[in-house]
Amino acid sequence: MNKKKGILNSNALYTFIAISVGFLVGAILLMLAGISPAEAYGKLITGVFGKPKFVTWSIVYAAPLILTGLSVAFSFRTGVFNIGAEGQFVVGSLAACVVGILVKAPAPIHILLCIVAAMAAGALWGAIVGLLKVMRGVNEVLSYIMFNWIAFYLSNYVVNLAIIHREGGGEATKDVADTARIMAPKAIVELTSCTAANWGIVMAIAAAVVIWFIISKTTLGYQLRSVGFSRTAAEYAGINTNRMFLTAMAISGAMAGLGGAVQTLGMSGRISQFSSQEQFGFQGITVALIGSSNPIGCIFAGLFYGAMKYGGTKLSLVNAPSEVVDIIMGTIIIFIAVSHVFKMLVLEKAGKKKGGAQA
Amino acid sequence: MAKQSNVDTSSVVIRMKDIVKTFGSFVANDHINLTVHKGEVHAILGENGAGKSTLMNVLYGLYHPTSGSIEINGNEVRIDSPQKAIELGIGMVHQHFMLVQPFTVTENIILGTEPTKGMVVDTKKAREKIVELSERYNLKVDPDAKIEDISVGMQQRVEILKVLYRNAEHLILDEPTASLTPQEITELIDIIHHLTADGKSVILITHKLKEIKAAADFCTIIRRGKYINTVKVSECDENQLAAMMVGRDVEFKVEKKEMNPGEVVLDVRELRAKDYRHVEILKGLNLSVRRGEIVGLAGVDGNGQSELVEIITGLRKAESGEITMHGESIYNTTPKQAFEKGVTSIPEDRQKHGLVLDFSVSENLILQNFAKAPYAKHGILQKNAIEQHATEMIEKFDIRPSGCNQRLAGELSGGNQQKVIIAREVTNDSDLLIAVNPTRGLDVGAIEFVHKYLVEQRNKNKAILLVSFELDEIMSLSDRIEVIFDGQIVGSVAGKGADEKELGFMMAGGVKHE
Repeated sequence: MNKKKGILNSNALYTFIAISVGFLVGAILLMLAGISPAEAYGKLITGVFGKPKFVTWSIVYAAPLILTGLSVAFSFRTGVFNIGAEGQFVVGSLAACVVGILVKAPAPIHILLCIVAAMAAGALWGAIVGLLKVMRGVNEVLSYIMFNWIAFYLSNYVVNLAIIHREGGGEATKDVADTARIMAPKAIVELTSCTAANWGIVMAIAAAVVIWFIISKTTLGYQLRSVGFSRTAAEYAGINTNRMFLTAMAISGAMAGLGGAVQTLGMSGRISQFSSQEQFGFQGITVALIGSSNPIGCIFAGLFYGAMKYGGTKLSLVNAPSEVVDIIMGTIIIFIAVSHVFKMLVLEKAGKKKGGAQA
Repeated sequence: MAKQSNVDTSSVVIRMKDIVKTFGSFVANDHINLTVHKGEVHAILGENGAGKSTLMNVLYGLYHPTSGSIEINGNEVRIDSPQKAIELGIGMVHQHFMLVQPFTVTENIILGTEPTKGMVVDTKKAREKIVELSERYNLKVDPDAKIEDISVGMQQRVEILKVLYRNAEHLILDEPTASLTPQEITELIDIIHHLTADGKSVILITHKLKEIKAAADFCTIIRRGKYINTVKVSECDENQLAAMMVGRDVEFKVEKKEMNPGEVVLDVRELRAKDYRHVEILKGLNLSVRRGEIVGLAGVDGNGQSELVEIITGLRKAESGEITMHGESIYNTTPKQAFEKGVTSIPEDRQKHGLVLDFSVSENLILQNFAKAPYAKHGILQKNAIEQHATEMIEKFDIRPSGCNQRLAGELSGGNQQKVIIAREVTNDSDLLIAVNPTRGLDVGAIEFVHKYLVEQRNKNKAILLVSFELDEIMSLSDRIEVIFDGQIVGSVAGKGADEKELGFMMAGGVKHE
């Protein structure tokens, strides 16, 4: 009975229910649009698992999402809602791109420089919002959103600077130097026939392990969690809560910045002018929620979202709009958000069977 | 207070028979019986978590009993909602008042059952009824006063009126004296007797034995969900009641050896501070605590006690004044520095300030010392050392359930949460301990533990500042009692032989400044 209760209490079950409901809602909408859900979902599955190439592409899509997911998850643990991962991702990719184009260095060092620059830019972007919160009491959600737009327009401005801008037209930067790219070895590219295969996933998993270690094993993580759970008790115990907020928001920003670097140095190799926000940061919120704010959970949630995102591009082959994927993901989020209602219903039912409600 | 009895034993008004209430596998009420007669004051006595509130929530329609039956005036009833309970004449006054502060007494009482004349609320008729009830039961409530302007004692009477206004015949009072002054408690007991004289019955949930002796006719004792006994209060003494509640003999008198207070540890001079509304709350307060003494700070809630403690512990800034520990200033310092200078405290709100409820017991036990050896090395938490420390503390302080290292602090009972805090503060072994209402909401067994611990610390030559709204607690523990009123110390008496009436008088501001 304890085992059963453990399952009923665990987040994984409710995440699974939420995902199922998400697909169900997606199926209903597909049917309303006159598209066979079986066909569309079949395409989605073969589009992801059909060939090693597809799987590799899904993983490539997943790496930056795992990192923005980690960013948001880390902030959640300290009681901050990093809705600014989008902007931190953008300044991160911008910094990596600029350093990748303008700095000349041999391969491993160049990559390192780009990554450090990206993480620093993301951390700075988060820390400014933190400073506003701590020193002036500005609600971080507001300034995060504003900083998303500042990053957006800053990026578009920098992309169009002559020194960076691609020669001969096109609304993008020059290509990042080969010495700064994080492409997978030729053998893997050939094996998977995925030209974008890169080290991003390895970095993302490593980052997840580091974040997990910080949260659960270090004194820093202890303080961050105490502030996240109970600011008042942490303060009473002498923990400097303001410093903790700043630290958390900077580390969170650094993760999103790293995500930006992975995207630029791995998949795209340059930055294009944005016409709208790219959503990596917001999708990170989804990843963090699906992963229950657990760093290791973010790896799986990121892989799931990456696969959905990549698989979604194939839906047009069966005349289904790829937005179906967004609807499915949105539905999942709604149901994860109300998962405690699920939990109550299920536990109450389980309790009633035994002749009493669950307290 | 003259004890009077209005019990009419020939007329049973409430009979709860064999009430069982389970939550999952947990049995909160295990075959409990309760019989209340007309005009009776029936106390329900039990430790925290014994099942008193569950039983009352069953009676008030908030829970359904798993099995058992309830009879009201001889008819078996099914009470499936508070509305049904009210219809049956049952009214409940909760421990935490549910009043709208800017509304008047009348407006609060009619809330939810507003009498209307067309589209408009007709307060006139309601007001007349309230005045009539207030006079009949000697409540002395001004129907037009705003809640925010009247005292806590008055607010409670408004809650009682609210219940009477809904024609309650049977009143449940949940821990009614928790925030009252001694005088207010006496008046409340008087009101209760007015109610029973009029044929109403009152169920009193409490763990204050003195009040049971003063007010109740019968007392039902519950221990760990089980029915223990129902006794005639006049035939038992407090020791017997306590023993039945806890299941063993309890020592009330805290044994204190004579101590000669040593040098001054904490010294507060001319402290001034404002509260969150920018109203001056501390008005030049002077206080000192020496080694080897317990100084009790007596006063009614809201006279500056909380602010004083927050300033000493570094959580709040003062306007002016001086605070020193061993002669070194800790005026307007940070919590961390105050702690390092030797200030430790048992906070008033153990759930808000004392513990991180979502942390495990082990994690809570190192809340100030997490960064120090052996709990951390090079910024990495040392799990083995943390767990070993927790295991030791859990054993030494009998924190239950045993082996609760990994349990979240929020899952523990109030008394055990307090033990976690005390275990932690003991480890700190610092010179000054400030305890704010350290036994609030705790049962007799846990209170005994806390009191013994405070005296033990005093005997170890520590300085103790005890801030409490419980005058009994202050009187039984303190070597010296300082009375705080309106942000100042208005009187100082020796703990030995202190007179409750005199203290109560000073607490109410009844002493002229000399």
